[in-house]
Amino acid sequence: MQSEPFSADADKAVVSMRTMEIAVALGFFLIGALVMWDSVRLGHTWGDDGPGAGYFPFYISLIMMITAGVVMLVAALGSKAKQSGAAPFVTRGQLRPVLAVFFPLALYVLGVQYLGLYVSAALFVGLFMRINGKYGLKKILPITIVLPVVVYLMFEKWFLVPLPKGPIEALLGL
Amino acid sequence: MEEFNSLMQGFVVVLTPYNIMLMFIGIFLGVLVGVLPGLGGANGIAILLPITFTMEPVSAIIMLTCIYWGSLFGGAITAILFNIPGCSWSVATTFDGYPMAKKGQAGEALTTSFTASFVGALFAVVLITFLAPVIARFALRFGPAEFFAILLLTFASFMSMGKESPIKVIMAMMLGFALACVGMDVVTGQLRLTFGSSELLRGFAFLIAVIGLFGIGEILVSMEEGLRFQGLTAKINPRVVWKTWGMLGKHWANFLRSSVIGSALGIAPAGATPASFMSYGIAKKFSPNGDKFGTGEIDGLIAPETANNAAGCASLLPMLTLGIPGSPTAAVLLGGLMIWGLQPGPLLFTEQKEFVWGLIASMYLGNIAGLIVVLTTVPLFAAILRVPFSIIAPIIIIACSVGAFTVANSLGDVWYMLAFGVLGYLLKKLKYPVAPLVLAMVLGNAAENAFRQSMLMSQGELGFFWSNGLVGTLSTVALVLLFWPLASWFYGKASNKLSPTPAN
Repeated sequence: MQSEPFSADADKAVVSMRTMEIAVALGFFLIGALVMWDSVRLGHTWGDDGPGAGYFPFYISLIMMITAGVVMLVAALGSKAKQSGAAPFVTRGQLRPVLAVFFPLALYVLGVQYLGLYVSAALFVGLFMRINGKYGLKKILPITIVLPVVVYLMFEKWFLVPLPKGPIEALLGL
Repeated sequence: MEEFNSLMQGFVVVLTPYNIMLMFIGIFLGVLVGVLPGLGGANGIAILLPITFTMEPVSAIIMLTCIYWGSLFGGAITAILFNIPGCSWSVATTFDGYPMAKKGQAGEALTTSFTASFVGALFAVVLITFLAPVIARFALRFGPAEFFAILLLTFASFMSMGKESPIKVIMAMMLGFALACVGMDVVTGQLRLTFGSSELLRGFAFLIAVIGLFGIGEILVSMEEGLRFQGLTAKINPRVVWKTWGMLGKHWANFLRSSVIGSALGIAPAGATPASFMSYGIAKKFSPNGDKFGTGEIDGLIAPETANNAAGCASLLPMLTLGIPGSPTAAVLLGGLMIWGLQPGPLLFTEQKEFVWGLIASMYLGNIAGLIVVLTTVPLFAAILRVPFSIIAPIIIIACSVGAFTVANSLGDVWYMLAFGVLGYLLKKLKYPVAPLVLAMVLGNAAENAFRQSMLMSQGELGFFWSNGLVGTLSTVALVLLFWPLASWFYGKASNKLSPTPAN
């Protein structure tokens, strides 16, 4: 895929490495805090017959929080980190294609939940081909029809593995 | 020799038309999986695992391992022709494989790569044939303490193996352990980390993590550069193959060394990816043309390809004998074994001889079949890669979602897959290693239980882990490996502060 026409700001950073380093480490820290909270509830000390259910998670979360703290400090204050951290985590030009996959993907999963897998797969392929490949309806239509049929035959009939179905399949009596 | 007899019996099990058919199907699917980015070895097998639920365990494992061998062979095709590694263990293959292809030596490069893969795999399989029963007998003496010590050693070895900062290795591992704790605690029956949600009761199936992290995450990361599948053409005709084979004999030292490195790292456990990098690095030092590595030097192609196949095969050794997967892909296979009701470990060799030796026999045949398939179908796979990305990418994603769903027939898992995908994207961009996370998820519960059982037996005495020679050695080595990288990291920082290097 060539770069888009508005390549002027394609190299502009959306967010710097340093920010994301801190953000992700913060995420680890918060998860650690959550785990620690639950492990204290479960009993994190050594009982009569060995460690309680909360013992392992407690120390896991402790280590996680300490290491996450170190990463955050180094990223925020470290001198070498300031240099390399200024580099972009992702530029606009890079993020655009990623989101062009991510959003249809999220919609697809949503669709699987409510419309069943076959319909959502067909729509997903069609949408994807349109957005990312700029194909016309003539090329898109055959694939969006053949794909769900092939998947259906492969999984429902051959492997005998049922996949999520939605209202349309119910109407068709499948 | 007893092993020889068992192996012959294994061949009898394998050589049925059904199993041979599955072998070829597996290899074909494996090469396909290896060639398509986003569907690497671990992920591809995870997706196809639920299909095998209705098969006999022997047939199922034959097909799945052949998928593994196929992907180990096939990852090289895109690496050499398109400079795009199909799997993480093919990255080092691009270093000298693609330049060779650009110089017009694509056929030679592909032949070399496939032959190297075959040699590495064969070495590892022979090693398994003779070592596995020995280790299995030895492992029968393992109690919970020994088991915990060896798991600790496993995790500790990650600290020294990878190139990532040890702190990030620890964080990834801890996250994996935390995820493994979600759900019901086996020992006390209490619910952990579910926060009242019935969805979280089941915990996180590590297969979902694999598909999300290695599959969706990989696709999201590779989208950044856009995917240009404009590859070089390759003609593998028999003349090129024979000529190349004639040439390869004088590189026997490289083959041998890379096979040993690969096997060691497969058993270690580290896996095919670190093996390929380490082998490349060492070959660069030892090869007479080391400084020409990166420009299309054949030694630079032999080294990673031999090592990654050797590691891939060897990673099954600790899996079968100790129940410890030697690589993320082996972890998925381990999951499969447990789903089929087989308990990997030393008892497998005594109670399921047919299964184990059928599997080992199939490794010989599978790799021979793999070599044949891959030499003959390169044009086919190169053509598949010419299908535009905007058609193939959604198909890959749909395959991932189907795989995620069929693990437990749960839609929630598909959402988790998406979440793991985003997590995988973030982690890869920030250079957090993903393999320790997955391995921690797989082995976390086993490690915890081993620890608690040991403590129950010893009434809370930590000294139990040094109660005999074996377990004491394991524990000590584990602790050394655990703290060594941290110590040398601190030491490095300290000596930098004391004697600052001249400013560049």
